[in-house]
Amino acid sequence: MYAVAADRVWKYFGDYPALRGADLHVKKGACLALLGRNGAGKTTLLRILARLSRPSKGEIQVAGQLGYLGHGIGVYDDLSALENLILFGELQGLANPAEAAREALERVGLTRVKDGMAREFSRGMRQRLAVARAFLHHPDILLLDEPFTSLDDKAVAVLQTLLAEALAGGATIIMSTHQIREAMELATHVALLERGKVVYAGERTAEMLADPGWLYRTHGESPA
Amino acid sequence: MTGGIRAAISIAKKDLRTEFRTKESINASASFALVILVLFSFAFDIAREEFYAISGGLLWLVYSFAGAMIVNRSFARELPNDCLDVLIASPVPAWSIFLGKAVAAFVLLLCVELLSLPVFGLFYNIRWLGVFWPLFAIMMLATWGITVVGAGLSALTVNVRLRELMLPALLYPLLIPVLIAAMQLTTALLGSDPVNLATDSEMRLLLVFDIVYTSLAMYLIEFILVL
Repeated sequence: MYAVAADRVWKYFGDYPALRGADLHVKKGACLALLGRNGAGKTTLLRILARLSRPSKGEIQVAGQLGYLGHGIGVYDDLSALENLILFGELQGLANPAEAAREALERVGLTRVKDGMAREFSRGMRQRLAVARAFLHHPDILLLDEPFTSLDDKAVAVLQTLLAEALAGGATIIMSTHQIREAMELATHVALLERGKVVYAGERTAEMLADPGWLYRTHGESPA
Repeated sequence: MTGGIRAAISIAKKDLRTEFRTKESINASASFALVILVLFSFAFDIAREEFYAISGGLLWLVYSFAGAMIVNRSFARELPNDCLDVLIASPVPAWSIFLGKAVAAFVLLLCVELLSLPVFGLFYNIRWLGVFWPLFAIMMLATWGITVVGAGLSALTVNVRLRELMLPALLYPLLIPVLIAAMQLTTALLGSDPVNLATDSEMRLLLVFDIVYTSLAMYLIEFILVL
């Protein structure tokens, strides 16, 4: 049973095909590292899976509640950290959004500044708030686009802990990343996108963990 | 359905809370409405009876321009930090995002209208207090018409670079029926012409306009937001 399935997905921006028949099947409870160079189509594929964009051709199936962390942090600058999370808790239909928001803030270490406006936060704190927002409702499927980019060491640790907890709880994770080493530590599966096509998809192997460049050298169209 | 309504209320409350904190659009819209009303009162030297004849037209032109300033921010407010992506990715139906935004814009524009009504009465020497409730009913229907079309176009133009110019260019032609009906009803009401709101054809036009455009926008919004 797949949590996420993409079959022969094409996406055109004008005449340019950002995705060219991409196939991706992710089993429930897997953690997939979606790798690829800039412009390979990682963000486009994730946006289609998150229902932020329609595929031009092909089929998408997503079985479960989504948590999405994109390039933007997705929180309102003129709301406090607590107000932000309560709002997203309400939109996710949580029974007690205020309680869930407080718990989430505690998990990312922002309880002390819960009433501070998001615009007053440092970059690292804003990133942690974004992480808290994405994990707030304990989603079945987490779609993370470059989640480690511009995180400070504390935020990286928080994110890794939350990802490990989510995996242990049976969640499915798909994360696009250039930080291969961090991703490989968590990933159970790996997919490599090249020019809008998935050129490799399979379990993460010991070789990949030992040598993060191995996948690009072995399966990439243009060796690194 | 109830989940969608609840989400729409949360989004409307969020929009109103952030707007009353930042006063981004309400300050600009209210000051624009007040300045135009005051300037017009000095610009024309006409008799009091003639002011009654143009009162509806003047009032609704000012309200429609003030409304464009408010609806312009409706979806643009979601652009910083990619908040619109998070709203769309949430399990909330697209129509409830739209409804929440339209309700927030409606409340803001109604505030601007109610704020500028005393100024209008004072500078044009027009007595409106005696007909306040029928006038308020017209304001409610016409304001909803302006905001529902405006919020839909705000979603359509949110990623357009010249959206501040594009939105009014698309908005005003669509608002012609609602503005004509509101102008005629308001002029008749302030000029003490007998107006039966329950049977008046302009009132029915406002009602039909609101129902048609609300249904249309709620149906189309998903295709507008997710391309």
